[in-house]
Amino acid sequence: MIAELGLAVLWMAAALAVLQLVTGGLALRPEGRALAGLVRPVAVMQGVLVLAAFAALVTLFVTTDLSVKLVVDNSHSAKPLIFKIAGTWGNHEGSMLMWVTIMAVAGAFVAVIERRLDEPTLMATLAGQAFISLGFYAFLLFASNPFARLAQPADEGQGLNPLLQDVGLAFHPPTLYVGYVGLSIAFSFAIGALVTRNVGPAFARAMRPWVLGAWIFLTLGITAGSYWAYYTLGWGGWWFWDPVENASLMPWLAATALLHSVSVLSSRDALRAWTVMLGVIAFSMSMVGTFLVRSGILTSVHAFAVDPRRGAFILALLAIDIGGALALFTLRAGTVTEGKRFAFVSREGALVFNNVMLSGILGIVLIGTLYPLVTEAYGVKVSVGAPYFNPASAMFAFPMFAVMAVGPLLRWRQDRLTGDRTRRVSWPVLVCAVIAVAVFAGVEIVASGIGLLPALGLALASGLFPAALLPLVGRNLRRTPLPVWGMVIAHAGIAVSLFGMSSESAFSVERLAAMAVGETREVGPWRVQLAGIMPVAGPNWTALEASVSTRYAGGMPALLSPRAETFSNPPGTRNESALETRWNGQLYVVLGEAAADGRWQMRFWWKPFAPLIWLGGVLVGLGGLLALAGRVLADLKRWVARDKIAWRRMRQGR
Amino acid sequence: MTAAILKPKHQRLVLVCVALVALIGAALLAVYALRGQASYFYIPSEMATRPPEQGKGVRLGGMVEKGSLKTMPDGVTIHFTVTDGKAEVPVRFTGITPDLFVEGSGVVADGRMEGTTFVADTLLAKHDEKYVPREMKDMVSTRSRQAVAKTR
Repeated sequence: MIAELGLAVLWMAAALAVLQLVTGGLALRPEGRALAGLVRPVAVMQGVLVLAAFAALVTLFVTTDLSVKLVVDNSHSAKPLIFKIAGTWGNHEGSMLMWVTIMAVAGAFVAVIERRLDEPTLMATLAGQAFISLGFYAFLLFASNPFARLAQPADEGQGLNPLLQDVGLAFHPPTLYVGYVGLSIAFSFAIGALVTRNVGPAFARAMRPWVLGAWIFLTLGITAGSYWAYYTLGWGGWWFWDPVENASLMPWLAATALLHSVSVLSSRDALRAWTVMLGVIAFSMSMVGTFLVRSGILTSVHAFAVDPRRGAFILALLAIDIGGALALFTLRAGTVTEGKRFAFVSREGALVFNNVMLSGILGIVLIGTLYPLVTEAYGVKVSVGAPYFNPASAMFAFPMFAVMAVGPLLRWRQDRLTGDRTRRVSWPVLVCAVIAVAVFAGVEIVASGIGLLPALGLALASGLFPAALLPLVGRNLRRTPLPVWGMVIAHAGIAVSLFGMSSESAFSVERLAAMAVGETREVGPWRVQLAGIMPVAGPNWTALEASVSTRYAGGMPALLSPRAETFSNPPGTRNESALETRWNGQLYVVLGEAAADGRWQMRFWWKPFAPLIWLGGVLVGLGGLLALAGRVLADLKRWVARDKIAWRRMRQGR
Repeated sequence: MTAAILKPKHQRLVLVCVALVALIGAALLAVYALRGQASYFYIPSEMATRPPEQGKGVRLGGMVEKGSLKTMPDGVTIHFTVTDGKAEVPVRFTGITPDLFVEGSGVVADGRMEGTTFVADTLLAKHDEKYVPREMKDMVSTRSRQAVAKTR
């Protein structure tokens, strides 16, 4: 019953999306003005209906309704509750329903709270949002119905892939999806503005919080996903340049560029066409990512199922949405008038450099991700990995970081680095540069064996961190606006993360050993001893748990328990690593299999400063959150003030 | 005038040029780097007919031959044979084998040829029952058909 209800509600939501598209489009014409009042309620209702459909699917999973195909394929009655819920989106159909849900709810959200945008542009935006949603509704209803029943209910479900049975699944995909789909709002805004030819500071100020929100979720989603892969795969790596990781990185790069160009547009009324273009590209990258993952066209550990029909469907969606948007852009770009001018040395100049470099990295990642497809057309199978991505993206990232140290200190429009600005800009930046050079020299002397990239990364990070804090110098910290705090923290977070990445790749120590119980090994500054092996049982797995006593040079001993888990539904194993975190790094222990002679395979990594990678990511997200809070609070204050004035006027009978 | 503000038309032109130069630069850099850094995918029969350069990073994909898996005395190095039914390549790997790595399973090994042995740095096994390295899809389906035929 619930499944049929969910499907019916989904159909109704799709019908409302059609209505939203038509009324939103008609409301743009003078004769259709009367319809304008209908668009917002329809958008809200559509959001509510889809949310109900999603709730229906979650209910099916929680109650493990074994007459529903999706539940049978992906769930099992003996699974812990949290993984029953999270399992809802741990599969193709469920994740697409989640995509549509977030999209519709975001549209409803815009309809309810967006008051800055002028009415015609908002109508066009909501119509655009409905148009994109419709494609995905069609995809869900015709090519991947999550509510399909089985003719004969199954006795038991097939369970969820052990690797996915982790709290990470409960948070990582939803966060990332909110980010991906949040960018659809930026896309719709861009389309709306192109349709009404209304690209200007007001449009940018209305769009900024949405971009910022999506970007925060993307940042946190990528960070969480990276940490999840790090501890659950047991490979000791935190980024594999897997197509799906790239698929999340590309929208992030585009969104980061968009975030910065939107701030130029809102503050200085420059970079108009470019900002609109980025709005289109950011969401296009989300869709390309979906296409890559869902079509199974690229080999990936994330691919759910290979189904050519779905691939063709998503490819068609991609062509219609992106092609349509780009065509609209080409038609209307000429009418977007020239923005304000600025000098080369100025805040705008630095931000343009940032945008160009981010686009460069985006290009590098996109080409590297698609290259295997291209060569395959010529019959050659290749894979592209870190040896390509790391140096090629660093060529653009490192100059960008250097400019990032200076940019926030520069004035809008025109600035110079001599005269009265020497003390404020040139000297502090020079000090940071000296720190960077000193660190580089120090690293080369102390550890000459490490690669050029990690050494450069360490040096840049050490110079970038103090430089990121410079905008706070000479300010009254209490009265510093929240967005400035946000920028400082986010930039510092980039430096922190860069330091962690470089240190991890430069100084990691790896030990692989077959150890008998009682044996001791040295791993960098650690002494580790295999104290014992014990069988343990969880809710739906059994495992061998090693107890490993570890001791940092001169520190207190700590006991770690890595596990090799065995799942029966579906059959599978998982190496659950154990981590010991200190301020200066992380010890990573994995238990492998037993060798024939009774010894145990153990793998140890000592990764100096590795946790900074994710700490930096969280700082970047926090910076975004502060900036968003600052903007929203300012908006709220303005509304409250306006309402008060209106109320006073009314009371005085004016 | 060090920081002259350009005329409107010029500014747009300059910005477009800068962006184009950067993007074309990125594309050229990408293509150049890809030629050197992409690792090519081989199946054992290709390995036999057109062996890659010694020491060049490549990928080898195939099935782990039944009965070929041996652990060396150090307890962490394994030797096994990867086959596609037509040719075989001996592989050496030091490390913890991934989940689901067993004899008869599909595997993709990242590494290089040293002499006649393929030395693997990483092994990717079939990740779950639905995921098969795409390069091996055809191979796996023929194999499973054979297996089904045998058990009948």
